Amino acid sequence: MTRYVISRLGQLVLVLIGVSMVVFLTMHVLPGDVATLLLGERATAAALLRLRHQLGLDQPIWVQYFDFAIRALRGDFGMSLRTHHPAIVDVMDAFPVTLQLSLSALLLATFIGVPLGVLAGTRPGGTLDNMLMSMTLFGVSMPIFWLGLMLLLLFGGILDWLPIGGLMPVGMDVPRTTGMTVVDAVIAGRPDLLLTSLRYLLLPAATLATIPLAMITRITRSEMLAVIGLDHVRTARAKGMPERRVVIRHVLRNALIPVVTVIGLQLGLLLSGAVLTETIFSLPGLGRLMVDSILSRDYPVVQAGALFIALVFVLVNLLVDLSYGLLDPRIRRS
Amino acid sequence: MSAADLEVAPLRKPSAIGKVLARWPARVGLAITLIFLLLTVAAPLVVPYDPYDQDLSSALSPPSAEHWFGADQYGRDTFSRVIYGTRTALLAVVVADGLALLLGCAMGLVAGFFGGRIDAVIMRINDVLLAFPYLLLALIIVAALGPGLTHSMIAIGIVYTPQYARLLRGQVLAVREADYVRAARALSASRLRIMLRHVLPNSFTPIMVMATLQAGSVIVETAGLSFLGLGAQPPSSDWGALLADGQSYFLTAWWIATFPGLAIFLVVLGFNLLGDALRDHFDPRRRG
Repeated sequence: MTRYVISRLGQLVLVLIGVSMVVFLTMHVLPGDVATLLLGERATAAALLRLRHQLGLDQPIWVQYFDFAIRALRGDFGMSLRTHHPAIVDVMDAFPVTLQLSLSALLLATFIGVPLGVLAGTRPGGTLDNMLMSMTLFGVSMPIFWLGLMLLLLFGGILDWLPIGGLMPVGMDVPRTTGMTVVDAVIAGRPDLLLTSLRYLLLPAATLATIPLAMITRITRSEMLAVIGLDHVRTARAKGMPERRVVIRHVLRNALIPVVTVIGLQLGLLLSGAVLTETIFSLPGLGRLMVDSILSRDYPVVQAGALFIALVFVLVNLLVDLSYGLLDPRIRRS
Repeated sequence: MSAADLEVAPLRKPSAIGKVLARWPARVGLAITLIFLLLTVAAPLVVPYDPYDQDLSSALSPPSAEHWFGADQYGRDTFSRVIYGTRTALLAVVVADGLALLLGCAMGLVAGFFGGRIDAVIMRINDVLLAFPYLLLALIIVAALGPGLTHSMIAIGIVYTPQYARLLRGQVLAVREADYVRAARALSASRLRIMLRHVLPNSFTPIMVMATLQAGSVIVETAGLSFLGLGAQPPSSDWGALLADGQSYFLTAWWIATFPGLAIFLVVLGFNLLGDALRDHFDPRRRG
């Protein structure tokens, strides 16, 4: 196991170097270089030359890359061209919003998806199973940016039950500790703020949860089906164990291992979906920050955000891989 | 009945296509996909108005006999725009899915066939591409190339490349030591010939299954980038751009965003139904 962890960490470092190269290179094949971007189209040639020298843009590309990589390791990506904060600060400010959104979507998807998958898997071919499977197909085919708008229209517009976007109402702020409104409201001991922040979180989280929910339901069902026919389940039934107990103790426990992996691997999907969800619900998260920065050509923030998200994504995937080994002793030994 | 009659009337074996279409989801999927393809060709014949024609007198008018899906803020007919949107969607499938298929298959073929260091390098590149959440990678590529429909389609194409590369590499590894490939090698066929004539045709089916399954995702992703303002730009009738347009009016004029979204959903559902059916049919482990 230790050797496996070490080799995985080695791979991780290689991948991260590759990722940093991709981020660096994409920002350097831009039409029009950073100097023109900073000084504007009407800058004099002399001023451009001076700035290029200042920024090291006249150095060979690999020198520039090493410089970039070393500064990136220290979290230094330069100043945001829009807010004039350090780029990494803007990224870290936006991250809790995305994290809260993704985690709550994942919670929703898991706590609804697994039971639904069990229900479908214990009665394969039944009405409920067919209904659920059709719904999962609808779920994975749904463009979530459209679903989000439709939910907003229904619950925010027509029924007027829930707010139509934003993190909190204007003028109502949660004392910031983690940056996640729900957590901060709990820390501040303010049930009123907690309720409000949950009301604001519900629609975006439900929207983002759609596709993971469909996938978790499907995988739980198919893993249930794979386990339910095994000998140990038949033995359990033969000795007269109540069906409920058989399903929970003998089927679900074994079926859950791949399900846990799939749940972990939804993160990439969630981070991608968050970009769209944050746009629809006007949430100041990392996804929205990336899009705004791209549209306004704020490259320090784009680079910082891209590297940060890739780092989180790669680390979570590693954890998922390792947890697989912890959950399944057969993998640990091999 | 004579023996001769029996000979001319053998038991008809259902063809592969017949088997795939035996289940209704596959038939629905195929029907949706065909209607979609038909509309891309016949769009000018189907639409009642020019999709770009503005008519301010009917701006924001709700669905009616005149404007089936209503009209947008410039009085453009939403139905006509949605129908024309099929063209951008198909273009996305052809360009982005096609690019991913070509790039990915080339990478997978070379990696699997040569193995060793070449394989290692190609697969590491793959790992790096997979280290980004897919939409994020598309965002970075668009950031580099600049917003626009073509660039967004190239970006999506690159994002989906690793899937094909992995698929084809696996296929190649599976047949590399097969007898007929060894025979071809013994006959001193060139590596290129072996790859193109023997290995690639054998991987045709799984590639087509994957291309169908990816087609739906490609449409959603391209529309997603347009929705974010990074893909198709106004006044394009791309579905994502239409949705972005409708977002500003969705509380007062719900129809502008509702119908393009519904169109995306239906087409993606069609490709998914068809892709699932093809996969179930050609993957024996999933059959039954």
